[in-house]
Amino acid sequence: MYVAVKGGEKAIDEAHAWLAHERRGDPATPVLDTAQIREQLTLSCYRVMAEGSLYDLDLAALAIKQARGDLIEAIFLIRAYRTTLPRFGVSAPIDTSAMLCLRRISATFKDAPGGQLLGPTFDYTHRLLDFTLLANGEAPLKRDERDSLAKGMASQSAEPLARVSDILGNDALLQAEPTGDEAPGDLTREPLEFPADRALRLQSLSRADEGFALSLAYSTQRGYGRNHPFIGELRVGVVEVSMEIPELGFSVVIGEMTVTECETVNQFVGSRKQPAQFTRGYGLTFGHTERKAIAMALLDRALRWEELGEDNVGAPAQDAEFVLSHADNIQATGFLEHIKLPHYVDFQSELELVRRLRAEAGQ
Amino acid sequence: MSDYNFAYLDEQTKRMIRRALLKAIAVPGYQVPFASREMPMPYGWGTGGVQVTASTLVPEDVLKVIDQGADDTTNAVSIRRFFEVTAGVETTTEVPVATLIQTRHRVPETPLTEGQIIVYQVPIPEPLRFLEPRETETRKMHSLGEYGLMHVKLYEDIARHGEIATTYAYPARVSSGYVMDPSPIPKFDNPKLDHSPAIQLFGAGREQRIYALPPWTSVQSLDFEDHPFDPSRADGECALCGSKDSYLDEVITDDAGGRMFICSDTDYCARRSEGAA
Repeated sequence: MYVAVKGGEKAIDEAHAWLAHERRGDPATPVLDTAQIREQLTLSCYRVMAEGSLYDLDLAALAIKQARGDLIEAIFLIRAYRTTLPRFGVSAPIDTSAMLCLRRISATFKDAPGGQLLGPTFDYTHRLLDFTLLANGEAPLKRDERDSLAKGMASQSAEPLARVSDILGNDALLQAEPTGDEAPGDLTREPLEFPADRALRLQSLSRADEGFALSLAYSTQRGYGRNHPFIGELRVGVVEVSMEIPELGFSVVIGEMTVTECETVNQFVGSRKQPAQFTRGYGLTFGHTERKAIAMALLDRALRWEELGEDNVGAPAQDAEFVLSHADNIQATGFLEHIKLPHYVDFQSELELVRRLRAEAGQ
Repeated sequence: MSDYNFAYLDEQTKRMIRRALLKAIAVPGYQVPFASREMPMPYGWGTGGVQVTASTLVPEDVLKVIDQGADDTTNAVSIRRFFEVTAGVETTTEVPVATLIQTRHRVPETPLTEGQIIVYQVPIPEPLRFLEPRETETRKMHSLGEYGLMHVKLYEDIARHGEIATTYAYPARVSSGYVMDPSPIPKFDNPKLDHSPAIQLFGAGREQRIYALPPWTSVQSLDFEDHPFDPSRADGECALCGSKDSYLDEVITDDAGGRMFICSDTDYCARRSEGAA
């Protein structure tokens, strides 16, 4: 009879063994190589990197494999690994103006210097299942497709493209962002406290759960804190990361990474003190993660209501404490799933209370 | 596990947590923000407690880990194993032998002694959270000692049910004046916090808060003169050791309504049973 609460240790071991067995699946199928995940499930890897806050495609692929494809579990593996890494320093801010773009579009102008660059996008695909893939076939590209793709890929690495926001900013049509050299806070090293400044809000949003950011951003579009966004520019590409090495006294490029940047252009009617001007929302995420970057930009703009002197209409997306406290999926899933843990001591005390109250009510 | 530091956390992180602990000890019941780290177990599994334990452990420590009062519940097993592997410390199930006890939802029945440390895992450190969801507001309320809202809630319970309908995580006032959440221990355990000779540390990982009670601190459960605090327990005795004073769990024994009560504190129960035999 006491067995029900004994044997935790053995149960855990058996559960882990079973999990490993299930992860492997049918041994008759080939083992999934992490290189395959990296190369063929790249967008999953990008999401894991973005929300795991660690730029490493191979580790993201490993985490996805180990987590049996559960991306939040994979993000958790990456976060738990990341937190053990020593900090050597801080990089110089990346320069996204110097990005070598794979993709660059603007929804506010028909054309911009450098042109619209669609890049590898799902945007205009027809969502029809391709049964060739089911049969593990790959339709080879036709010769002219191959040639033109090679030409396009060669041209993307040519010249940095001017930013649409700079073009608008030159006419003061777009509000300038404050500049400064002060080091931003770091929410992975300091507890997040409110009110949080914009740098901290952006940090939090950049690692926020994609689904949460998406839905909240969507809510602003449907009227809960509407801020009339246009995609001023969305760019995806490779930037250099450089770091000042104190012993050398100058900056050294330590690597490259793919990032997605979204700048929205939002209406601002102006006030008595300020003439009408466009304002911006900003999103920057690791990898090619444009849904997330756009959502981030919309949320960033919604959270700026106070500094822009807008009304708080009580929309969830305007409430920084609400958004930032619930955006992290590792915190959220932990607390949500912890109710699976035994709670019988608490439940027992509730049981006693309800029994007593019912007995009293019956008298 | 030589890839990781003693007790998993790096020394800089431990130092950051120890500073928060010292501040917490200096201002009993005050919730000190700290830069909680991601741990290799999920938030909600005791990451706050694990970080406090990791920062407090020394190689000479003897560690006991309990969940729901029991040493052999899955999460207690998992956390104990974590420290066996990462810190290599000796572990025990016996309260008198342990120098550090990490707990979830219970305080051991065996009285703690001077020199012991007990670490509580805390899900929601803010006793006012369910009355006021905003951290910016609740911090203000604490700094002003503005606990009227809490008393109104307790009063409304009495008006509605004839008694205070909080049975666990029952709020208590510390000698410093702060009202604290004792973690989700049953209110039966609240009196054990009062004037305990042990150091009591509370860690909330996801909420990034640490608070503490130095030894011999007054901790009074909130109540009214005409409705004094009542640490209730199931009416019955343990089917294994016969204890009439310990906190009991109800175990369903069949599908025809059969049930029995056993001590939730497995160490207390086992040592009583041995002593009787």
